[in-house]
Amino acid sequence: MAQTEQLILGGHTFSSRFILGSGKYNVNLIKAAVENAGAQIVTLALRRAEAGKCENILDFIPKGITVLPNTSGARTAEEAVRIAHLSREVGCGDFVKIEIMQDTKYLLPDNTETIKATTTLAKEGFVVLPYMYPDLYAARALKAAGAAAIMPLAAPIGTNQGLATKTFIQILIDEIDLPIIVDAGIGRPSQACEAMEMGAAAIMANTAIATAGNLPLMAKAFRLAIEAGRAAYLSGLGKVRETASASSPLTGFLGN
Amino acid sequence: MVSINGKQVAVDGCSLQAYLEQEGFSKEHIAVELNGQIIPRSCYAQVKLKADDKLEIVRFVGGG
Repeated sequence: MAQTEQLILGGHTFSSRFILGSGKYNVNLIKAAVENAGAQIVTLALRRAEAGKCENILDFIPKGITVLPNTSGARTAEEAVRIAHLSREVGCGDFVKIEIMQDTKYLLPDNTETIKATTTLAKEGFVVLPYMYPDLYAARALKAAGAAAIMPLAAPIGTNQGLATKTFIQILIDEIDLPIIVDAGIGRPSQACEAMEMGAAAIMANTAIATAGNLPLMAKAFRLAIEAGRAAYLSGLGKVRETASASSPLTGFLGN
Repeated sequence: MVSINGKQVAVDGCSLQAYLEQEGFSKEHIAVELNGQIIPRSCYAQVKLKADDKLEIVRFVGGG
């Protein structure tokens, strides 16, 4: 993967490598979270509208932010495509995060349906970011289908377990020539930092920030962690050894 | 009766635009699907709701 300072998704350039989810939020805190996170991309979900309600989440998201609608609720590729079309119709751009799950206990994504939806939507000009279970073959198929990035899960959504799938995320980073955006299950800034040190292109987090004691401060902590991890990765991390390698010189010791 | 977001509503003959305005929906924040087809905003005034139509009115909410 080419080393660039900017994150490039579907021809669009971003300086932030932190994608913020907006679920479980007090709407009044969204602006502070986005600003402290330095996020330039925010995910939203699409649901039935209620008559007469004046408050709309779009009013709380700062101008200039790229909206990333997800297809949550979709159980099949067909349902995901339907949600993507409706999301695009609202008029916030062509990005879509494909989320296709049938199981509600673990909310694990269905890679097969995700590949189908990616194929359809990429052909229609969407910038497709598929949320997937980290499987190398599925990632290759998603790239071939026209995905702009791959979003492997670290752990089930909302669990704060961290990098449960670390080994398999590393495989994707090493083998797939697309931005790998680690999404779901990251609970701490240190875990986001670790994923960035591994070479991830970006991090997406929602629950860890939305349910924090001090939401804006946690958003800032994640931002700093993601920046630190990226800088460490670009610097070239030291090797891990089995035995010691002295840091101080081994000659010129004082005599008796 | 027209099915609107899963509920049966007696608005047969009403224009889509009139219905949305009457219910306080803000056009810029929603998308509309009628019988499986997306209706562009520019066509709301021309569409008349009829018996057994199935309407879905959607908007963005917080999500991860």
